[in-house]
Amino acid sequence: MSNGNLGLYVHVPFCDGKCPYCDFYSLRGTDELMDAYTEAVISCLRHWAGVLGGRGADTMYFGGGTPNLIGAGRLIKILSAARELFGLENAEITAEVNPGGDLYPFFREIKAAGVNRLSVGLQSANDGELLLLGRRHTAEQAFKAFADAKRAGFDNISADLMLAVQGQTEESLCRSAAACGRLGVRHVSAYLLQVEPHTVYGKNRAGLRLPDEDTAAALYICACVELEKLGFGQYEISNFAQKGFKSRHNLKYWHCEEYLGVGPSAHSFINGRRFHYPRGLRLFIEKGTAQDDGGGGGFDEFAMLALRLTEGLSDGGCLARFGRKIPPHVADAAKAYEKAGLTSCSAGGFRFTRKGFLVSNILTPAVLF
Amino acid sequence: MLSGRERIRNFCIIAHIDHGKSTLADRMLELTKSVPIREMENQILDDMDLERERGITIKAHAVTLVYSAKDGCDYIFNLIDTPGHVDFNYEVSRSLAACEGAVLVVDASQGIEAQTLANTYLASDAGLEIIPVINKIDLPGAQPEKVRGEIEDVIGIPADEAPCISAKLGTNVGKVMEQIVKHVPPPGGDEAAPFKALIFDSYYDDYKGVVIHVRVMDGRVKTGDVIRMMATGGEFTVTECGYMRATHFEPSGELSAGEVGVIAASIKAVRQARVGDTVTLSSNPAKEPLPGYRPAQPMVFCGIYPADGAKYPDLRDALDKLQLNDASLTFEPETSAALGFGFRCGFLGLLHMEIVQERLEREYLLDIITTAPSVIYKITLTDGTTVSIDNPTNYPDPSKIARAEEPITDAHIFTPKDYVGNIMELCQERRGTFIDMNYIDADRVDVHYELPLNEIIYDFFDALKSRTRGYASLDYELKGYRESRLVKLDILINGETVDALSFILHEDRAYAKARKMAQNLKENIPRQLFEVPIQACVGGRIIARETVKAMRKDVLAKCYGGDISRKKKLLEKQKEGKKRMRKLGSVDIPQEAFMSVLKLDE
Repeated sequence: MSNGNLGLYVHVPFCDGKCPYCDFYSLRGTDELMDAYTEAVISCLRHWAGVLGGRGADTMYFGGGTPNLIGAGRLIKILSAARELFGLENAEITAEVNPGGDLYPFFREIKAAGVNRLSVGLQSANDGELLLLGRRHTAEQAFKAFADAKRAGFDNISADLMLAVQGQTEESLCRSAAACGRLGVRHVSAYLLQVEPHTVYGKNRAGLRLPDEDTAAALYICACVELEKLGFGQYEISNFAQKGFKSRHNLKYWHCEEYLGVGPSAHSFINGRRFHYPRGLRLFIEKGTAQDDGGGGGFDEFAMLALRLTEGLSDGGCLARFGRKIPPHVADAAKAYEKAGLTSCSAGGFRFTRKGFLVSNILTPAVLF
Repeated sequence: MLSGRERIRNFCIIAHIDHGKSTLADRMLELTKSVPIREMENQILDDMDLERERGITIKAHAVTLVYSAKDGCDYIFNLIDTPGHVDFNYEVSRSLAACEGAVLVVDASQGIEAQTLANTYLASDAGLEIIPVINKIDLPGAQPEKVRGEIEDVIGIPADEAPCISAKLGTNVGKVMEQIVKHVPPPGGDEAAPFKALIFDSYYDDYKGVVIHVRVMDGRVKTGDVIRMMATGGEFTVTECGYMRATHFEPSGELSAGEVGVIAASIKAVRQARVGDTVTLSSNPAKEPLPGYRPAQPMVFCGIYPADGAKYPDLRDALDKLQLNDASLTFEPETSAALGFGFRCGFLGLLHMEIVQERLEREYLLDIITTAPSVIYKITLTDGTTVSIDNPTNYPDPSKIARAEEPITDAHIFTPKDYVGNIMELCQERRGTFIDMNYIDADRVDVHYELPLNEIIYDFFDALKSRTRGYASLDYELKGYRESRLVKLDILINGETVDALSFILHEDRAYAKARKMAQNLKENIPRQLFEVPIQACVGGRIIARETVKAMRKDVLAKCYGGDISRKKKLLEKQKEGKKRMRKLGSVDIPQEAFMSVLKLDE
């Protein structure tokens, strides 16, 4: 449960190339803006520390983009500022990295500065799939990144996998999962590929040979089963961890707790308000003003996020947060989908099954409204 | 105004759809300078948008013209434009009863069609002098002499004097006018007898109330008189009477025997002044009403529901308003488990039904869901009682039915001979009984069948059109009831009967229709969270089955960096969208699914 500490998210919008499926905000060829960006992030943190009057943070996450591209120096500068402003005592501090090049020096420096968790963009252990995904690294290069991370002293490492990509079979997927086990990671995020409209994939949808709906669903189930076998317990739609290695930072999102996000396109939820910094690196550097997204934290939102987790929605959680149990019509609706294998109900609450997760866009409103 | 009954000519124009009836009427208005040229709009008498678009006349219209004939005299022409569709045969017959003559327009390129013949028979039954006119001689395919022969051979009236005209260009329209003067007899009637007038049309005016079009048969009426409707019994004080000119009302204070005019008497709704009723004076009533009155009898029924349940009051208001002007439209509240609150509506026929549906959507901007049309079935129960069923929901349990009867029509289909095979095939499919077949000329045939009405109301016109490339025409009239092996077809979605999709049909047609309905529904119901079986049942026996597969994947895999805005937006949209879907148990059924079963002919 919430301990009153914030999560801090820093969006690092730099990449050395754009993956054709990605619609996160990132730019390339803007190295000259990295220092100004770093300063802007720090001044943002300073601003919010003032506004929030001494509230602490116990998780921090450098996401991207490709955070390793700004270099250890800038990253550590931001981290130090955050530590000074928000305490970060016993904090989980994560940096995302993309394989490629020699990452060992970077890992060593940030480890020394207090980063204690890495999330590595492996995506696939199959070079053919990586090529079709437009990734700019091979499986071998990715494996090396994991080895370097361990050598640099990291134990809490997460790997990203992508599901239902071009050319993927259950067999190749199992090999990618097995690679995660072999590489000694503690956590796996396995995301079903989503074709977004404003991406290269989105504009060229007809040219893609993606698995159909039924095959994609089968691949997802296959990944869940396989990762579970390897000791990664599923705790969210797309997240799996060994015991004790769930992402504390990401859990804050799903538990509808508070977090501050800085950097272009970063989102925040503080004091009942949701807001974000618009996309636009220069805009962020020059102005750095956030846009209000309205109130947050109501029951619908809380429930929708809770239902992404395998722990699901509980009477206890609802009581603690809203002073009442799960509304009866919600509990009844959840019960109605149990027979179809989409939900699993118990005395104090319910959760979505894997089959339920797969259709959660439809199942969530069906249960809540 | 001129006086003297000798100079009055009451006539109508009859024609098959698109043979140029309204265009000829327009030319007559021009020729008599009834409408200033600048106000002349094509087909001025068809004033509803729908009428202009479909090229049909839905309501009768009457207009008084003054024609200066070649003999140097002015004549009063009362032109009564009649509806040209089989649904409105009764209205046509009342308009004809107000006339002494009929101008029969035949297209010089198409020749005699089904409705030409039907309307001509109606006119000669009414004892009218028929003046044949051959129109559209300007068309490249015109064969006026061949058509002249057809008129003599098929209809059996002399056509040697029939003018060949082009209403479009105005060619020879004057000849038609002269023939009207010469051949249509002036009206008879006794001015001294008690007032007696036939209502052949009425319309609702916001200021005057219902205005009735009448043909005075005997006596006279003047402003201030108290009139009585002999069939409905209502009494009203005449506030205005006079003539309907092409562009304006011309008050006269009085109407007398032989004249055609309008009366306003603060009548609130058209149902109080029904077409075919006889108007007389309260103080000196006629002994007998005019023959031929028949209250409007809906033959086709369907449920009409608002797509958005909250619009129910709007739908009720719209139907109320339509009914002000349309006494043959009936409706009563109905509830469906699937569609919520709506109305069971009755119509004269399929066209009438389509017109009402279109007007609700276009004039009242309502998004509506309609259920499959039904006719009236007569069911004799095992206890000897007889019930009339126009709604499948009320169909009795089969074990309690001793005998079921359905309405049968006498149908004529006129077609180029090349399509006779297709038509016979269609009529056989639709359970028709062949009566006979007559050649109209060397190329065209009158195919005569007995057809069950419930086969005609169900997309028969579309099927006929597509199988004859639009060349065939149909006319039918109700012949009576006949015993039939009827069954009720129920549709079950996810195991629950959807009342709005049930319908009554002949046993032999059940399999094919059940299969097609199940297929159409499958295509129109989106994948749901679980597999949804669609079953078609007759008497508890499943005769067709389809399955909407369960949705397998619809998930936002990533809720990254705390950006939950997309997921939240999606959720809010779904919360809204849910209100518009029809919920049946746990299955959401879109409006399109209900509409998809209305057109089943491939």
